[in-house]
Amino acid sequence: MANMKLTKTAMSLQDAEIRCHNFEEVALGYKKEEAMEEAMRCLHCAHAPCISGCPVGIQIPSFIEQIAKGNEEEAYRIIALDSALPAVCGRVCPQESQCESKCVRGIKGEAVAIGRLERYAADAHLQKGKQMDGKRQNNGHKIAIVGAGPSGLTCAKDLAMKGYAVTIFEALHEAGGVLVYGIPEFRLPKTIVQHEIEGLKQLGVRIETDMVIGRVISVDELMEEEGYEAVYLASGAGLPRFLHLPGENLKGVYSANEFLTRINLMKAYQQDSETPIQHASKVIVVGGGNVAMDAARCARRLGAEVHIVYRRSMDELPARKEEVEHAQEEGIIFDLLHNPIRVHGDENGWIKAVECVRMELGEPDESGRRRPQEVKDSAFLIEADCMIVAIGTSPNPLLHKTTPHLETNAKGGIITDENGATSKQGVFAGGDAVSGAATVILAMGAGKKAAAAIDAYVQEQAIHSKNM
Amino acid sequence: MFEILEKESLNPTVTKMVVKAPLIAKKAQPGQFIILRAEENGERIPLTIADYDREAGTITIIFQIVGKTTMRLQDLSVGEPLPTFVGPLGSASEIKGLKKVAVIGGGVGCAIAYPLAKALHEQGTIVHTVTGFRNRDLVILEEAFTKVSDRYELISDDGSTGRKGLVTDVLREWIEQGERYDEVIAIGPLAMMKFVSLLTKRYGIKTIVSMNPIMIDGTGMCGGCRISVGGEVKFACVDGPDFDGHLVDFDEAISRSATYRAFEARKREEYCQLMGKKEA
Repeated sequence: MANMKLTKTAMSLQDAEIRCHNFEEVALGYKKEEAMEEAMRCLHCAHAPCISGCPVGIQIPSFIEQIAKGNEEEAYRIIALDSALPAVCGRVCPQESQCESKCVRGIKGEAVAIGRLERYAADAHLQKGKQMDGKRQNNGHKIAIVGAGPSGLTCAKDLAMKGYAVTIFEALHEAGGVLVYGIPEFRLPKTIVQHEIEGLKQLGVRIETDMVIGRVISVDELMEEEGYEAVYLASGAGLPRFLHLPGENLKGVYSANEFLTRINLMKAYQQDSETPIQHASKVIVVGGGNVAMDAARCARRLGAEVHIVYRRSMDELPARKEEVEHAQEEGIIFDLLHNPIRVHGDENGWIKAVECVRMELGEPDESGRRRPQEVKDSAFLIEADCMIVAIGTSPNPLLHKTTPHLETNAKGGIITDENGATSKQGVFAGGDAVSGAATVILAMGAGKKAAAAIDAYVQEQAIHSKNM
Repeated sequence: MFEILEKESLNPTVTKMVVKAPLIAKKAQPGQFIILRAEENGERIPLTIADYDREAGTITIIFQIVGKTTMRLQDLSVGEPLPTFVGPLGSASEIKGLKKVAVIGGGVGCAIAYPLAKALHEQGTIVHTVTGFRNRDLVILEEAFTKVSDRYELISDDGSTGRKGLVTDVLREWIEQGERYDEVIAIGPLAMMKFVSLLTKRYGIKTIVSMNPIMIDGTGMCGGCRISVGGEVKFACVDGPDFDGHLVDFDEAISRSATYRAFEARKREEYCQLMGKKEA
């Protein structure tokens, strides 16, 4: 008998008053009884629309059925068939616009809490300390993956499961991409990311850190000299955009990438960290996406009063609703319909105020959102000793600059066909390197698709060479 | 791993290290740099590649002991590995086709100026070199520069070795004596590069400086190393580190380089106390 409650089973959170002073995880996850109760809300629809909303196509009703029966390990096994990072996705996917948006229970009441259930199964599995199934029989083919973010890791897993010898090349000293440098500990504990990556290594995936492809080895050299038959470019969109305002190079002005990298990858929030971070008293975060929320909530945890400055209104905030709510609970102040026009500094070169103008919303633009327009003569100063610019990122140009015949679009994204094949034979690409900044799960979906395309390509090449 | 193969004190505050890094050695060009961590959980710091040996697969770095991380690096022994050593980063210096160049090195910047002077000399460029140091104890690479320079002057702030004065005094003299340089290359403290650039601008001599801002990743993903060049924002780690000295906003760069001064001083003091050392 299904649980016909209209709302999701509640998940406990760390109290907002307490959590805004620490970096520990905010959402505490379901207990077994809560997970089983929530799993009972699934109606096991024959057409399972939820699956179509998942970019990697997890068999959602099947895994939920196992949780309802108390078999979380079997649930995990089903999820892991399609997802390389279940504990990550259960936490950071925007389920409300993906799997849960298609859930039949959402027509009247709230959708089944698919993300929370996925997280529950993955966490239960991790607690048991079990890893994925062991290494596969080697099929004798070598594949290189550039970038150890969600897209590269997913592609690596799928190829390793098919028996390919996969090497991931990562520029930073730790694998994980945005999962380690971008998303903060309080949303995604780094031990979980490490554990997921350990699982991939047990499948036989090699990860080489400190390898900047394009500088130390080029893509052409990987293929011509190192014997990789195909390369998957998953280098992400890590190039920060700035506002190009006067005063933006004053001390105390950061890109969100720098601020978050210092905090998350370099652990600058820890007392004994070797990497410094400014402990400001009043911080302005410019932007309204998830990255802006992450930066704001980190700054709050370092002790600052934090304002989000966004040029549109609450309805247009691109961040997940849940993240905005958590930020508000933690005391982040939203200065909406505001736009910065200049940063003012003191005599020592430190930021002291941000000059903003008020905005109003006009007619909808091409993106369908109402276009913000400046209110005349509305400029005013907000005092601040730190500003974080979180207005988006672009693909890093290094790979296409150093790889002949690799075509990119006007925004710097690598051009691919629907399977991820680029203009260069044997070279595939996906994730933010193609689309520009998007979500973890879309990057994973692209990695999955590319793995299938690479498999088909390599097998076809093998037949071709046999026939010669 | 990146094993330390050799370690040599060039003077009380400057150390040379040779590190095993065959892939980097294969690709390195003058003007490029590496990023290293001296220990697990350590910070990432950029250091210019002072020399490389493609055959032996080694990279030479020369660093000044200025704070916690460089002290920690100095305390590592031959045979120990560095947890992170990534490169070659940045764009290589462009030196092709230059006929006559003045190379100006200041302090530990001489370690970066030397491989350039050597490369210029080897391609047949006439090289005039001025190197400046605070005092005689800090002098490095005097003999090495003598060998690759057609004209060489050593100066010190206090006159304890060579001529007393500033590098700009010598450069001005040479220019006024009628030396015609295609280019001046200045590498050293920001203030020195600023004053060299101001001088050469008056004479209309193209001047290249090697910028050394604060960096974290060194791959262009954070903009911590941004500087203003001709009114545009550039990332020194990918667009540089070499820039046209006449276009660089030095005052901004000098200001930004002091962002974490208090933190750096505290870390240095803590480490000195921990290791029972006197503050340098």
